[in-house]
Amino acid sequence: MKLRDTLTVYRKELRDALRDRRTLVSMFLVPAVIMPAIFFLFGTATYQVVKSAQAQPPVVAVLGGMDSPAVKAALEVQPGLVVVPAPDDWRERIAGKRLRAVVEIPAGFEASLTEHAPAEVRIYHYEGEFKSGYAVGELRRFFTELRERTLARRLEERGLPAGFARPFDIRTENVAPPEKVGGNSFGGFIPYLLILLSFTGVIYPAIDLMAGEKERGTLETLLSSPASRLDIVLGKFLLVLTVSLTTVACSLLSMTVSLVVGGIAMIGSGRMAEQLSGAAKAGSALPSLDPLGLVGVVVLVLPLAVLFAAVALTISLFARTQKEAQTYLAPLVAVVILPAIAGVLPGVELDSTLALVPVLNVTLACKELVSGVWPWGQLALIFGSTCVYAGAALAWCVRMFGRESVLFRS
Amino acid sequence: MIRTVPMIEARHLTKVFRDKKRGEVRAVDDVSFTCEPGRIYGLLGANGAGKTTTLRMLATLIAPSGGEAVVAGFGVATHPAEVRARVGFLAASTALYGRLTARETIAYFGQLHGLDDARIAARTAQLAEELGMGDFLDRRVDTFSTGMKQKTSIARTLVQDPDVLILDEPTLGLDVMAARGIVRFVRECRARGKTVIYSTHIMSEVEKLCDRVGIIHGGRLLAEGTLDELRERHGERDLEEIFVKVAGGEGVV
Ligand SMILES: Nc1ncnc2c1ncn2[C@@H]1O[C@H](COP(=O)(O)OP(=O)(O)OP(=O)(O)O)[C@@H](O)[C@H]1O
Ligand SMILES: [Mg+2]
Repeated sequence: MKLRDTLTVYRKELRDALRDRRTLVSMFLVPAVIMPAIFFLFGTATYQVVKSAQAQPPVVAVLGGMDSPAVKAALEVQPGLVVVPAPDDWRERIAGKRLRAVVEIPAGFEASLTEHAPAEVRIYHYEGEFKSGYAVGELRRFFTELRERTLARRLEERGLPAGFARPFDIRTENVAPPEKVGGNSFGGFIPYLLILLSFTGVIYPAIDLMAGEKERGTLETLLSSPASRLDIVLGKFLLVLTVSLTTVACSLLSMTVSLVVGGIAMIGSGRMAEQLSGAAKAGSALPSLDPLGLVGVVVLVLPLAVLFAAVALTISLFARTQKEAQTYLAPLVAVVILPAIAGVLPGVELDSTLALVPVLNVTLACKELVSGVWPWGQLALIFGSTCVYAGAALAWCVRMFGRESVLFRS
Repeated sequence: MIRTVPMIEARHLTKVFRDKKRGEVRAVDDVSFTCEPGRIYGLLGANGAGKTTTLRMLATLIAPSGGEAVVAGFGVATHPAEVRARVGFLAASTALYGRLTARETIAYFGQLHGLDDARIAARTAQLAEELGMGDFLDRRVDTFSTGMKQKTSIARTLVQDPDVLILDEPTLGLDVMAARGIVRFVRECRARGKTVIYSTHIMSEVEKLCDRVGIIHGGRLLAEGTLDELRERHGERDLEEIFVKVAGGEGVV
């Protein structure tokens, strides 16, 4: 191996690539557009939903309650809700999202409060619909308070202490770092994008540098030079890797810029979630990333990019034409996307077995990393195994490049 | 005549491809010939005769399945890097990098041959002068005509000033004028002492250029010698007649 020859090939391929519009697009333009777009979509969509739920209180209707005017009146002035008379087709209206929820006050409700008779307040809603859920939350809060007040009054009437009907309290408290909450939704998406872009980044140059050179007929000439096949293939590999890593770097840059420019300080603090305290739960959908974790993500993506570059180059090497190479590489996108998607699915957690599954392991680790969690043992296993796969793929690529039945397929 | 050490020597060169559809293909079968220094050896054959395969073995691109070849004093199987350093190879399907300029193309191959920048600059100037490339040297190759591309290809083949030239159908696809230019240039190379092996299916080029001719057909070298020897042996003046006779007949050597 002669480093000089490897660098000669690398420099030539770099110059060639920088003059190629398609490489430039996949290297600079795609990350520059995709990242802000994703942030914009996720950020503003979530923000809008939360904000509009607050700005425009959900419309709810009351069924019954003719003989409970006090409760009804209290409900009507309850902030955060707009109460309208129940129309006949209220069920359809809920389904049609024109009405968010309907509360049914049973007959004789107020009387039952003083008479100690059991009663049931029923809330009809649209399961899983954000605004309907919000309305249910508000209604539930109203009636819970009413129940508490009623109970307190009853206890007082009998001269019992407030703790009589409530022997103990149950409290849940989140001890995961606040970022962790975000890491499971949006945070997990960022590294996934980086992984995807590090792969899409290799496809075009890999096709161009191997199948393309074969198809155009320049490969034979290159092979007739004194440079060894090892040096040639390494030079090409380095270029593909460069394009892939540049794509990742541009994505990170573009992400940072969109964060700063967007003025949404999503990194780390989750400040937006706090501001929107009224819908704090919705805040978990907001992006929040641990910047240090992002560094860890990049470290894990490095060997993965090597793996991608080597595999794509080898596959492209087997193809006779660029079209053929595309046909081989296109399904591979799915192979990369599937574990990545499996990784962002809730419930799939990192363990020692999954730590050995290429791509999936990095995705899962990234999910932890952006949440500020560093499972060192598994990270070492993931980094190590990815390096081994990457090394094996590169060795395979070099081996195939030395094989004339592959280089001169007819 | 004093016998010189041959610059190119093929001994029982054989190449068998294992093809999925056709099974075993003997693309080159027991081919032996020699080419003295400063001579042009013509390899004449129809499509699929085995010319490219033979030349690829001489250029160490593919390994012989049998036999051996010595080029510029080195065995193709034992010292491929040394052979490649001394050979300028022009493939039939040769092409150039469209996004590089002619100068960059020549420099790239100069660097791969280990030349320093000063030497590359000097060679580029010299070759551009000889081939008449001055006005398009710094233009991108994808804007070139076929003739300009072929000149660029030849320049990059010669950048390291090789002792041996292996030219696989160098006039393929060129118009008459461009082809004549190439033929003239190859003759000039011989005048400067280069050894050339030249494959073609065009009889007139062989007649104009070659000191010795090998007629290859179905992977076998069916006839070999100087043009005069071949004419005498087959009792024909016209090379085409000789070719048809040899290729049509059975194993006439
Ligand atoms: N890599 C390969 N795998 C299988 N068969 C091959 C391969 N290369 C060449 N052949 C076969 O070997 C035979 C000789 O081919 P070759 O390319 O050497 O002929 P040629 O004389 O150069 O012909 P042409 O004038 O078409 O260039 C043909 O039958 C061809 O199909
Ligand atoms: Mg040929």
